[in-house]
Amino acid sequence: MYAYDEIDRTLVNERVSEFRDQVKRRLSGELTEDEFKILRLQNGVYLQLHAYMFRVAIPYGTLATNQLRALAHVARKYDRGYGHFTTRQNIQFNWIKLAELPDALADLAKVGIHAMQTSGNNMRNVTSDQWAGVAPGEIEDPRIWSELIRQHTTLHPEFSFLPRKFKIAITASDHDRAAIKIHDIGLRLIKNEKGETGFGVLVGGGLGRTPFIAKTIKHFVHGRDILSYIEAILRVYNQYGRRDNIYKARIKILVHELGTEKFSREVEEEWQHIRNSLLQIDDEVIEDIRSRFTYPAYEKLPHMPDELRQAAADRDFEAWRKNSVAPHKVQGYSIVTISLKPTGGPPGDATAEQMDALADLADKYSFGEIRVGHEQNLALPHVAKRDLPALWKSLDKLGLATPNVNLITDIIACPGLDYCSLANARSIPIAQELTRRFANHELANLIGRLHINISGCINACGHHHVGHIGILGVEKNGEEVYQITIGGRADESAALGNLIGPGVKFDEVADVVEDIVEAYLALRERPEELFIETVKRLGVEPFKERVYATR
Amino acid sequence: MPLVNGGKIVDDSFVKLAVDTPLPEGGDILVPAERFVSDADALLKRAGKVGVIWPNNRDIDELVPYLGKVAAVALVFPTFRDGRAYSQARLLRERYNYRGELRATGQILRDQFVFMLRAGFDSFEVKKQADAEAFMQTAKRYSVFYQPTGDGRVTALHRRMQLRHSEGVGT
Repeated sequence: MYAYDEIDRTLVNERVSEFRDQVKRRLSGELTEDEFKILRLQNGVYLQLHAYMFRVAIPYGTLATNQLRALAHVARKYDRGYGHFTTRQNIQFNWIKLAELPDALADLAKVGIHAMQTSGNNMRNVTSDQWAGVAPGEIEDPRIWSELIRQHTTLHPEFSFLPRKFKIAITASDHDRAAIKIHDIGLRLIKNEKGETGFGVLVGGGLGRTPFIAKTIKHFVHGRDILSYIEAILRVYNQYGRRDNIYKARIKILVHELGTEKFSREVEEEWQHIRNSLLQIDDEVIEDIRSRFTYPAYEKLPHMPDELRQAAADRDFEAWRKNSVAPHKVQGYSIVTISLKPTGGPPGDATAEQMDALADLADKYSFGEIRVGHEQNLALPHVAKRDLPALWKSLDKLGLATPNVNLITDIIACPGLDYCSLANARSIPIAQELTRRFANHELANLIGRLHINISGCINACGHHHVGHIGILGVEKNGEEVYQITIGGRADESAALGNLIGPGVKFDEVADVVEDIVEAYLALRERPEELFIETVKRLGVEPFKERVYATR
Repeated sequence: MPLVNGGKIVDDSFVKLAVDTPLPEGGDILVPAERFVSDADALLKRAGKVGVIWPNNRDIDELVPYLGKVAAVALVFPTFRDGRAYSQARLLRERYNYRGELRATGQILRDQFVFMLRAGFDSFEVKKQADAEAFMQTAKRYSVFYQPTGDGRVTALHRRMQLRHSEGVGT
């Protein structure tokens, strides 16, 4: 956990009072809606179909229990009793009243939570691996660097009015859970041959209507230089990124139009001017930030406690354990993923009661810490293995023990036409239907790891391009039509999916997914061959045949 | 449109010339970049101060040779969501050590003042009278700054280091 100091607290409070003034000026008519729009976006406030939507940052996905309780409080007091966790470690509230927003922000500020730059054309919430600090084999805790970059990118005087939004993600594990290759800047924490910490820097990833996988522009930037290097990238982008067309304004287009080589030369040239400046970070600064992260006092516990051995006889427990529990770097502990994908429910939603109850469980079983992942699930990062059976029982009572993590019903979906003013088609009802279609756990388990991603428009908030099965809703002649891709992935082998054929109607989507899955089950060489591997081996063709032969 | 300079609302001594406005005999003038570059020597010879209005899509390098001779550089925010001039301002102040008046023009609201001050602007053509009057109050809205820029404000990281060292004394 990172604990705010007086300096961080002061800044957040100053921001809240500034926003209070801005809301006041809007309500009095002193600010036009056009002027206010930019200001509210800088504070995470969108105007949606039915109401204002409020997006709150959960930097690098780490929450303390008092923070989760504060989110529950906001859901209860200012919204309709629930929140929606997004693909970028944020939480959204869909029914906030403008006049109450400053109070909601002030309540959150008390526990060190803010909504700065969660929307608008600026540097967004810095995201990281939700298993940071606990994943076995990690190079070092990427949250130290995430926090350093969070601070540096907060209210940046030069880069708060960029051509378009700008997202940074950091991973320190071989297995990339932070989807860095689909970010504007992806940072891969590595050590050089001298054992010094640095970063492989990738630039220009992103989805939307022109998807790109990020390209490496520098193989090693020393940790002390990371702020100046990021600043150089941003300065090039701020000056030369396109501002004439919103769909061509992301850095991915600039990188594409200039070419990776020319773009990296521009950055390099700018960087040489600024690398030996106050932006250079010395070890003491890193130490200072590191010192404000606290780590649990782990006990010495056995690898296989009796409680776990006994519970293994319970089939339901085992089904949950196999999908939800992951190895921890400390013996005797586990990382537990909490599925927010119940059968028939909207992906990523949690009620205020669930949040409060989960905070209690985290206090009891996870040293008061909760994590939020880009898959729209939560995690308890430090659970003693002996506590797993008891935790499971409690989660099950709360409706938070759906045993489907990483399975076909662990769906990522945007809010779609049910909430969003940009959407062309519904996303959540498609996800809900799919969770019902594959509700049989034996079947889902037989299928194995399979990620479905759903977006209700070309902006791709549901990351459909990188779903093993991607579903994109578009509008055609006044009707919702869904385009299906297969073979995408968001991890270290990130790839964009390929279209299997013409779009299908709303009512047909679940049937088509079933056809694809049946084709996979028939085509896979052995049960261990994952869907994504079969698609890689055979291409789109056999799936296309299966889907369209009878349509 | 009120002009704020040195934290106060002041009279603007500069007259803005268009590309084809006849050159006035005396007085201070602000000249569009295009006209300035094509006629710099003649313009700089006349009595009165000369400033240049530099568009946000024109390379600042082209202005560098004249920086010691112009009295003011006016950078442009066509809308306040277009932030290119923040980079130009920092380059002028921090890389090219420009010390003359650096003016923000275009859609300038009170909500940009802190960013602009930090980027090196010291003069502001403010769109609304109320925002101009609120300048001093708004400029003090923040006391914490995470990034080092040429304005010399102490950053959060630096303050923490000072605190660390002062706490270290005597222990």
